[in-house]
Amino acid sequence: MMRMIGRHSAAIFVAAALSAGSAAAANYGPGVTDTEIKLGSTNPFSGPASAYGTIAKAASAYFDKVNAEQGGVNGRKIDFIMRDDGYSPPKTVEQARKLVEQDQVLAMFQNLGTPTNTAIVKYLNAKKVPHLFVATGASKWDQPDKYPWTTGWQPSYQTEAKVYAKYILENLPNAKIGILYQNDDYGKDYLEGFHEGLGDKAKDLIVAEVSYEVTDPTVDSQIISLKDSGADVFFNVTTPKFAAQAIRKAYDIGWHPTQFLNNVSTSKAAVIDPAGVEKAKGIISSYYLKDPTDPQWNDDPAVQAYREFMAQYYPDGDPADLFNIYGYAVAQLMVEVIRKCGDDLTRENLMKQALSVDHFEIATLLPGISVTTGPDDHAALEQLQLQQFDGKEWVLFGDIVGTE
Amino acid sequence: MELVLQQVLSGLATGGIYASVALAVVMIYQAIEHFNFAQGEMAMFSTYVAWSLIQIGMPYWVAFGLTLVISFIGGVLIERIVLRPLHRAPILSQIIAFIALFVIFNSVAGWIFTYTIKPFPSPFPEEPIFGTFISTHQVGVIGVTLVMLGILFVFFNFSRIGLAMRAAAQNPESSRLVGIPVGWMTALGWGLASAIGAVAGMMVAPIVFLEPNMMVGILLYGFAGALLGGVTSPTGAVVGGFLVGVIENLVGTFVPFIGTELKLTVALVIIVGVLTIKPSGLFGRPVVTRV
Repeated sequence: MMRMIGRHSAAIFVAAALSAGSAAAANYGPGVTDTEIKLGSTNPFSGPASAYGTIAKAASAYFDKVNAEQGGVNGRKIDFIMRDDGYSPPKTVEQARKLVEQDQVLAMFQNLGTPTNTAIVKYLNAKKVPHLFVATGASKWDQPDKYPWTTGWQPSYQTEAKVYAKYILENLPNAKIGILYQNDDYGKDYLEGFHEGLGDKAKDLIVAEVSYEVTDPTVDSQIISLKDSGADVFFNVTTPKFAAQAIRKAYDIGWHPTQFLNNVSTSKAAVIDPAGVEKAKGIISSYYLKDPTDPQWNDDPAVQAYREFMAQYYPDGDPADLFNIYGYAVAQLMVEVIRKCGDDLTRENLMKQALSVDHFEIATLLPGISVTTGPDDHAALEQLQLQQFDGKEWVLFGDIVGTE
Repeated sequence: MELVLQQVLSGLATGGIYASVALAVVMIYQAIEHFNFAQGEMAMFSTYVAWSLIQIGMPYWVAFGLTLVISFIGGVLIERIVLRPLHRAPILSQIIAFIALFVIFNSVAGWIFTYTIKPFPSPFPEEPIFGTFISTHQVGVIGVTLVMLGILFVFFNFSRIGLAMRAAAQNPESSRLVGIPVGWMTALGWGLASAIGAVAGMMVAPIVFLEPNMMVGILLYGFAGALLGGVTSPTGAVVGGFLVGVIENLVGTFVPFIGTELKLTVALVIIVGVLTIKPSGLFGRPVVTRV
C-alpha cells in the first residue's frame, strides 16, 4: 500500500513538473502562476514579541488593497502566507521550511526578528530563496558576500548609533557618556556602531556601560549606577518597556543628562506617555517614517491615505501604531520590486530587481528619504533625521543624515 | 557609600515586589503543596481586570476591592474546573495544567489588551515624601506587603478556617475524618492565592508598567524569595523577597565578575542553593513525610 501511494504521488509529481516545464516559457519560479504570486513570512503572532506581529498584518492588508483595487501586480494577485513563529528561532526554522518546501513560495518577505532571521538565513541562502526586506535593524543582513539572497529594510542599528555619535562629537565634545543596553545582539549592535562612530574618542568619552536582561523586572538599579558614574549624556538602548522605566527613573532620582533614545522606542503611546511627557522632555532620537500620531502630518496626503487604508483594509489595527505604517511602507517597496520583474518571475530576477532599486520614494517616509539598493548594497534604508521631544511631540531637526 | 545606600534602598523597593509575589506563592503552597507556575499570569490578568474597571470610571479603591472579589472567585473556579479533575493525577499532569494556564492567561491578555505597555495608577501620592532614593509608591508597596503578611499570619494561626486549611493540606485523611471539607479548602486556598496575587499585581504594575509579560521575570524572583525564606512560612517569604532584591542589586553593582549580566543567575543560584543545602529555607519547617 505504501509503495503504491509512493508511486502514485511520484507520478503526479512528474506530471506537475512536466506541466510546470511547459509553462516555463513565461519564466516562472516556484509559487508563481499567471494569476498568482506566493510570498511567505514568519512573524510573532503569539508570545512575548507579538506586538510586532501587526507589521506583517499591515503589509498583508496592503497586498489586499493592491489585489482588490489594481487586480494585483501585472495581473497577478499576491498571496501572502504568514506563519506564526512565536519569536522562537526553532519554530521559525520549521515554519520557513514549510513555506519553502510545502507552500512553495517564490520568496520570503518581512520575516521578523533578529534571532529568528539568524536561524533561517543560512538555509534560505543555501536554497537560493530571496529573503527580502527583513524586519530587523541588525546590520548583518547587509553582507552581500555572505548572504547574497538576503536584504534588509530599516536603517540598521549601527547606522543609527553612528548618527548619535556624530551629533555628540559635533555638539557635546566634552560629554561623559553612560550607556544602558539590552544584553543581546540588538543591544550590542548599537554599542558597536556607537563605538565605531566615536572612533578614537570612545575611550575618553564613555564613562559607563551597563546592561540589562529582558527578564529583569526593572532597570532601576542600572540607572542608579549610571547616575553614580557621573555621566552627563545618556544613551538609552532599550526596548519600549525598559525605555519608559529608564526615562522615569532617571527623572525621579534627579539625574538630568542629555538623553539619546534608540528609535526602537520612540513610540509616544508605548513609551513616552507611560513614562510621563514632562519626564521625557528634551530627549533626542531619530526616525525615518512619518509618525501618524505626530500632528505635523495631520494634513499630509500620504498619512491621510494611510488612515483611509487602515480603516478600509485593516480595521482591527491601530492607525496610531508605528508598526502599522512601517508594514504599509515596506509592502509598497515589495510591490514595486514585483512590478519591476514584469513577467520574469524567477527567484534570480526577483533578487536582481530587489537589488536595483533607485531612489524609490515611499510617501510615508520622511521627506528626502528614499530607497536605493545595489548589488553591493543590501540595505534598503540608510537615512534618518534627528528629532527631539519638546514635551508634547517629536520635532524633527537638522538634515537627513546617513548614506543612500 | 551613597551608591551602596541607594542600591540597598532600591533593592528593598524591588524586594517589596518579590515579597508580595512570594506571599502568593506561599499561600498556594499552603493549600496544595505545589508551586503554581501560572500564579504570575493570574496576577497579571487580575491587574488587567482592575485596569479595565478604572478605565470605565470606577474610583481606585472600589476597583481594587472588586478586583479582589473577582480574582478570588476566579481562583476558586479554576480549581473547581481545571484542577479538581486532576487531583489524583500524577504531579506531572498537574504541572502541565499549570503551564497550560500560564500560556492561556498570557495569550488571552495579549489578545484582549494588546502588548502595548500601559501606565497603571498608584494609590499613593506622586510626591517623593521619602526623598529621591525611593518613591512613595515603593514605600507603599512595602507597607501593603507587611499588612498582607499580618492578615495571613492571623488567618493561619487564629482563625478556624485558616487552621482547617492548614490541616487539610498537611493531612487530608485525618482532616476529612474530623469533618473538614478538604476539597473546598483547596479551592479556598486557590481563591486566596489568586486574591493575594491580584494585590501583588496592582502593586507591581505602577513600577514595571502593565503588559502581558509583566510577571514572567518577577515570578522567578518571587520563587527565589519564597524558597530562601521557606515555602511554608509567610514571614519567611517576605524576608526572602526583600533579601533577594537587595542581594541582586548589591551583587550586580559591586561584583564585577557578575555585573548586571548575571543578575538573574543570582536568583537561580539562590533557588538551587537553597534546595540543595536547606530545602526548608531560612524560616520554614522541614517537611517530614511519615512512611
